[in-house]
Amino acid sequence: MTHTPTLSEDDIQAYVDGRLSASRHSEVDAYLDNNPAERERIRAYQDQNALLHGLFDHVLDEPTPEHLVNVTTLKPARKLYRVAAVMAYVIIGGISGYVLHGNDTKTVIVQAPFTERAALAHVVYTAEMLHPVEVGADQEPHLVQWLSKRLGHPLHTPELNKFGYQLVGGRLLPGDSSGAAAQFMYQTHTGARLTLYVSVKDKGTAQTAFRIDEQDGQQVMYWVDDNLSFALVGEKDRNRLLDIARVAYQAMSF
Amino acid sequence: MAAHPFNEHIPSLRRYAIALLRDRSLADDLVQDTLERGLKKFTLFQKGSDLRAWLFTLMHNLFINQLSTSRKWLHNTPPVDVPSGDDLAEEMVTARDFMQALQLITAEQRAIILLIGLEQLSYEQAATVLNLPVGTVMSRLARARERLRVLMNGEAGPQLRRVK
Repeated sequence: MTHTPTLSEDDIQAYVDGRLSASRHSEVDAYLDNNPAERERIRAYQDQNALLHGLFDHVLDEPTPEHLVNVTTLKPARKLYRVAAVMAYVIIGGISGYVLHGNDTKTVIVQAPFTERAALAHVVYTAEMLHPVEVGADQEPHLVQWLSKRLGHPLHTPELNKFGYQLVGGRLLPGDSSGAAAQFMYQTHTGARLTLYVSVKDKGTAQTAFRIDEQDGQQVMYWVDDNLSFALVGEKDRNRLLDIARVAYQAMSF
Repeated sequence: MAAHPFNEHIPSLRRYAIALLRDRSLADDLVQDTLERGLKKFTLFQKGSDLRAWLFTLMHNLFINQLSTSRKWLHNTPPVDVPSGDDLAEEMVTARDFMQALQLITAEQRAIILLIGLEQLSYEQAATVLNLPVGTVMSRLARARERLRVLMNGEAGPQLRRVK
């Protein structure tokens, strides 16, 4: 009397996904009423879809990590930084005699050493009002995880509240040939900024205790451990700078 | 400044990548690589065609390339040890078993289930993304779902690992 529709596996999948026409959907429904085992199997597939949404839809509500938005929106700033960096390398190199002009006008640019890169990154990014960091402090665990992965060593964000500095966020920077570098930025309530620059240790660099280096009128407090070089820039008071360095050293030694 | 047309698709690219890789940092790397690739190739994108499917295609190709050149994503997605279910509500146990079962099917099966079941791509869009005929997509989808169902029922396959 009633004709039994032949049911293909494609129909079943489309039924699960709610992609059948209304009339075909009711035909399949009618068929399933007489086939409880098939009904059960299809319910299991529908549960899979529901579970996927239950488990992963919350990702849609998360703020997009800033470094991803930056891929499409921050091109001018990045370009500017590259130009600034190259110019600074050339200028620093020129002063230090690193740029060698031979008679054949061949130019050799030696990449700026670690403390110079730290001071340069400080100057460039503390001046950025709009996008001082790629990933903000509101995503601190994500920031730390991301930069740790990019540098290949576990990093931590030192707690510097007692010095009046709060974490603003951080960014990934080009390092030297040994790999990437990270910059964490801190700020006081008056807007004074301090940066902690971390780079994979240059090959052949020995470990050092805390040292001060002057770069472009900036005091750079730096130290080198087994794998990483650290530099703090932005605090003028040497004693405070040393105290901050001690806290940062402790935090990073976990 | 108007937002870049890619931006509205980032949340769903992230959702898919996180579900596919089960590692947020690897997932965000994959999304970043996809966006960068997209920017480079954007001149090849035909205005008015399906941008979402295009981005998912780029992402899928990057994912497959990575799968074949390095096994890092496979090593990063073993069945995870999770607490025993004694003190977990039933639906959490189901969700946990489902997450584990998702790790026991192949990456290609997971991709097909996620594109259609989670990202709700049409079968035709999924076929474009995966560079397969629609018929193949349908049969692979059916096989992947059945494999998941069997794993969830504990009817066959490797046992899900339980730790106390």
